[in-house]
Amino acid sequence: MKRTCPTRPELSSRQFKSLLAAAALLLIFPGSLLAQQTFVQTDTITSADTLGVQYTPAPPQNVVAMDTPNDGGGSIIITWGPSPDDFDGGKVKLYRILRAEYNGGQPGEFTEVGDVPSGKAEYENEDGNTTDDIMYLYRVMAVNRMTNEAGEIEEYTSESPATDPVTSSAQWFDSRRINALVGVILLCSFIIYFIQQARAGKELYIRKIAGMEAVDEAVGRATEMGRSIYYVSGLGDMDNMQTIASMTILGRVAELAAQYETHLAVPVCRSLVMVTGREVVKEAYSKVGRPDAFKPDQVHYLTDDQFGYAAAVDGMFVREKPATIFYMGQFFAESLILAETGNSIGAIQIAGTAMPAQLPFFVAACDYTLIGEELFAASAYLSREPKLLGSLKGQDIGKGLILIALIVGMLLETFGIWQFSNLFSVID
Amino acid sequence: MEAFFEHFRLWLAAFLTLGIFSFLYKDNPWYKLTEAIFVGISAGYWFVVLFWDNFHGKFWVGAGEYSINWVVAKLTGAQAPPPPDSSIDFMLWVGAFLGLLMLLRLVPKIGWISRWPLAFIVGSTGGLWLINYFASNVMVQAQATMVPLFSSAFGTGFDQNADAVIGALIIFLGTFSGLVYFFFSKAHTGVFGGTARVGVFFLMITFGASFGYTVMSRMSLLIGRIDYLLGDWLGMIK
Repeated sequence: MKRTCPTRPELSSRQFKSLLAAAALLLIFPGSLLAQQTFVQTDTITSADTLGVQYTPAPPQNVVAMDTPNDGGGSIIITWGPSPDDFDGGKVKLYRILRAEYNGGQPGEFTEVGDVPSGKAEYENEDGNTTDDIMYLYRVMAVNRMTNEAGEIEEYTSESPATDPVTSSAQWFDSRRINALVGVILLCSFIIYFIQQARAGKELYIRKIAGMEAVDEAVGRATEMGRSIYYVSGLGDMDNMQTIASMTILGRVAELAAQYETHLAVPVCRSLVMVTGREVVKEAYSKVGRPDAFKPDQVHYLTDDQFGYAAAVDGMFVREKPATIFYMGQFFAESLILAETGNSIGAIQIAGTAMPAQLPFFVAACDYTLIGEELFAASAYLSREPKLLGSLKGQDIGKGLILIALIVGMLLETFGIWQFSNLFSVID
Repeated sequence: MEAFFEHFRLWLAAFLTLGIFSFLYKDNPWYKLTEAIFVGISAGYWFVVLFWDNFHGKFWVGAGEYSINWVVAKLTGAQAPPPPDSSIDFMLWVGAFLGLLMLLRLVPKIGWISRWPLAFIVGSTGGLWLINYFASNVMVQAQATMVPLFSSAFGTGFDQNADAVIGALIIFLGTFSGLVYFFFSKAHTGVFGGTARVGVFFLMITFGASFGYTVMSRMSLLIGRIDYLLGDWLGMIK
């Protein structure tokens, strides 16, 4: 098949100079420019070459289209055997991928969906432009480009037969991540085992966590001073593990506050956190026999906006001057704004977050800081529930195995054995 | 008129910015006014954003409008809408149903039902993140720590320079001792406690570096506001 591309216009003097400059640049920086775009070089048709058939490349062979495995759908892979004319200096300049929908046993019109340079034999429409459950047919076209004497670019093409109908689909299971599954199953096994042990009455040891040791003292201080306690749960919503851990700690703090009859205020910036926080505080007050002392407005919503929330909480701090402030959860740039204001009013402050960038600010401005995983361990530490204690112990066993793996892995790598560390590779 | 509003906008923004800055001196009525405006407007803004992005943008466009039209057509005998295409996702009704359950909090007698969607969110969050955190925070970090000490790549022999060897050792020691610090079911005494202390040193050095880095980035925020006040508002910076 022969196609003619738009005619190249004649060059003005200025354009000719620009072209010369571009050519010089190409000579100087060929690598960087080639990395940015794919060039298709064209050969020149000589006056003696009048029959296009000698420029037409042979079509690619054995074209196969299949659903991309281990993906979320919307993608099909097309592979083919290269055209016999696909070699350095051969007729194939690129492969063009054509696609048609296949409805009711009838193929639709084939349209171009992409192309790949010669030398390649695979195309994957990673842009997700197929619709799952719709059947498609594919053809691969070998394309040769030539420039004739008039300066026009002509294309000589040949197409493969259409593939069998194929449809894209999502997979439930990504077989490339089986190592992560094995690791999670192993970790969960340890956790379940130790939960059973804890439920059976086995004493499980937890080391002291300084920040949590100070909770009673901090609540007691607020009681003695006759001031309130503030609990700030950060910017995370209920789909964040730090906020979930924070709600567990809130339960313990609310119990103490109810016992000591000290006012507890929980300003939040997410509606779902407000709902959950109210449930947690209400339950805590009921647990210690003070359901009447619970007021829903103790847990109140301010705004979803990060700095609007920080401004409002800061205002409350300086006006009410709480004796104790807890910061537990996910924090961002507002961490120091809050902690510094709390520090300026002389409150005892206990913070906990797993945000590495905010931990330094809490360490600097608060009396106690739960670092990273200590936030998650704190709930087990405070409640002493068998389920949480067993979970903590099971995680420690998992950490022990990782420590052993680190030593073994580093030694093996040093001696050139890399298969072990590859067990930990994660494919996205 | 346009010029007036442009000036008004500049002066209002400067007034509110200075109102927030006035908190550095002490709490005052100007700050209280600015705070109330900030909180009120941002709460309203986020309500509108969440309504249009989630309720309208996802649910209504994705399933709600089609479903309502279909039901209305069935009830009134009008022409039913064409069969749903791939843009219609009836699974969105599950989310809408859970959202409706949340609203039952407004009915005190059956308000307890609103705990179900909360349980669903918390449970699904735990399950969803378990595998992701394990992969990204455990496996990837462990593999990145297992580096050859004396060679830059497999099969290259002892070609690593001293700096790189020290770097690899620091990465290993920092990860190892840091992990030991986060052991909760063993007392931090003896060699174990000593290793945990090394881990704390590594953590604190990291925090110090992070502190400095973050302070510098916050300075750029301050510079942005000063630039607005002195440049856009007062015109002192051209």
